[in-house]
Amino acid sequence: MTTEQTTTPAADAAPAPAVDPRLLVREAGLAGYLAEFKRKMKSGDLGSVPVVLGLILIGAIFQGITGDFLNADNLTNITKWIAGPGLIAVGIVFVLLLGEIDLSLGSVAGVSAAIAAVLSVRSGMNEWLAILVAIGAAIAIGALHGFFFAKIGVPAFVVTLAGLLAWSGLQMAVLGDKGTVNVINDGVLANLDTYFLGDGDVAFTWGFAVLGIALFGAGQVLDSRRRNAAGLLARPMSEIALRTGVIALIGLVAAYMLNQDRGLPLPLVIFLSVVVITDFVLRRTSYGRQIFAVGGGVEAARRAGINVAWVRISVFMISAGMAALGGLFIASQQGSADKLLGSGNVLMNSIAAAVIGGTSLFGGRGKTWSALLGILVIQSIITGLDLVHVNQAVQYMITGSVLLAAVVLDSVSRKTQKSSGRG
Amino acid sequence: MTGAPVLALRGVSKRFGAVQALTDVHLEVHAGEVVALVGDNGAGKSTLVKTIAGVHPIDEGSIEWEGTAVSINRPHDAQALGVATVYQDLALCDNLDVVGNLFLGRELKKFGTLDEVAMEKRARELLDTLSIRIPSVRIPIAALSGGQRQVVAIARALVGDPKIVILDEPTAALGVEQTAQVLDLVERLRGRGLGVILISHNMADVKAVADTVAVLRLGRNNGVFEVESTSHEEIISAITGATENAVTRRQARLAEEAK
Repeated sequence: MTTEQTTTPAADAAPAPAVDPRLLVREAGLAGYLAEFKRKMKSGDLGSVPVVLGLILIGAIFQGITGDFLNADNLTNITKWIAGPGLIAVGIVFVLLLGEIDLSLGSVAGVSAAIAAVLSVRSGMNEWLAILVAIGAAIAIGALHGFFFAKIGVPAFVVTLAGLLAWSGLQMAVLGDKGTVNVINDGVLANLDTYFLGDGDVAFTWGFAVLGIALFGAGQVLDSRRRNAAGLLARPMSEIALRTGVIALIGLVAAYMLNQDRGLPLPLVIFLSVVVITDFVLRRTSYGRQIFAVGGGVEAARRAGINVAWVRISVFMISAGMAALGGLFIASQQGSADKLLGSGNVLMNSIAAAVIGGTSLFGGRGKTWSALLGILVIQSIITGLDLVHVNQAVQYMITGSVLLAAVVLDSVSRKTQKSSGRG
Repeated sequence: MTGAPVLALRGVSKRFGAVQALTDVHLEVHAGEVVALVGDNGAGKSTLVKTIAGVHPIDEGSIEWEGTAVSINRPHDAQALGVATVYQDLALCDNLDVVGNLFLGRELKKFGTLDEVAMEKRARELLDTLSIRIPSVRIPIAALSGGQRQVVAIARALVGDPKIVILDEPTAALGVEQTAQVLDLVERLRGRGLGVILISHNMADVKAVADTVAVLRLGRNNGVFEVESTSHEEIISAITGATENAVTRRQARLAEEAK
């Protein structure tokens, strides 16, 4: 034991770098970025690449067949339709991050829509209040699921399967004998789906796109500056410019297409905002870190002092709350809350969206952006098949195959990552 | 070793139902001292460590921290005092990167959000001062080898600036090279003035890094030895509890045959 080795930090005048020079060191500049990208692809860290390629392929195929898939009004409709199932998919992402599944979200969406509609239409309650009550009820339902799962120890699969049945029963009970409640004409619920910001003013669309691009670019530059100041490996400016450029291209093209039609749809704004906010919560707060920790290793999380039961319960509350929000958008879109809302393949589409977007079924890996990308794929397929008048039987089979393909990709990429030591 | 011990157990007893796991155990750990805790399976090593870590509160006796009596009833109490424990199963989250694991449960924050830059900087400083080599602090734990995980787990214990570090069989599953790295790390902890309690079955490791060996046998103290002035055989006989045992018989036989 030599004391001069470690007595003071000054004694280690030149500490050996913690980074092993042989491994994973990136060259500076764009060349390094490309090399890193190639390495990631090879080692199975596919990220969003397959789903983006899939979207382009889907767009090209349906445009080729129908000739009007990429029209402004069709694309605008897609952005409106994705909000409902997309919000449910955001909730699914949270549950999947824990490595669990929530099968009740369709029913929860249905029961929330029913509560909001019945309270506002039949009981004459203020619509905003009715919406809050509906979301609150869903969060309470989520807390109940979470309690049975986290405290009693019933598998989440079983708890939420019971919920699937029970809450759709409650949905029927709330709706009563008539079964269908039409939302108030031009009320808050109706406007959720039909309103365009500034009544279709193009300035809103451009403003929203430019704001998003500017925030993204500024965030990247600031982060890079702070890392440089701290002496850490930072993204080079060329890479930031490339990333911001790609985002800007997507944002501006989207804004242009939306403005060709009716402008900026409210459902798209809310959905995007929810995705951005939840992504921030997951990646930048200790609560988000706790969710990932519980998904990656329950015992490690517990030893680190994380309240595992609370994380689990709160995640089920979040997923149910998201489902309620999604249910309200679905009700708004169909103009009514009925007994079938949230049944059928709503749940399956949302789970499929989360998985197709790249959130792992095995827990601990994923982001809420995958809900957006995944639901875009699913909705594009559904809309495209509708345009070419394919009947529902075939639609179900195609959507099912896409889900299977996504899960296969997830499993295979996990294997590849393991074998290249990046699991 | 002079001065008051950082941690002292005085007459600690612990029973589980009908089993008297620990009886009147004494243990002292000074700053800058590596105490090896050895004993056969079931001798009470793990129970003793768990009483210090706050997993099992003690039934009798007292625990002194820097000369004053304290009570440790929960893991949180131990952490607050400055006891960090690295268990045999490392309890790292495979999906989080090294920085995420190092600061799990005590993230550095700025305006209520995670301060990744500060955490990464501190992580690298910590790993550098310990001369820990890992490919990158931003790769998931799943991508690291067993030895690398062990050093990350030990580094993780140091994030909270503890005064006592308990290592439960840190070299049990490691190869030659990795074992040497972990032993180096133990020496560096001692160099930083930390008290280290090292549980090990490996006498070579014990002889290599420990200053003092405390032997437990059937839940009781069975001798505390200075490593430098104690032979391998003396420790073995303290562990097995007799001078007449398999090891001495074998040596006697070998000596006989040599004649």
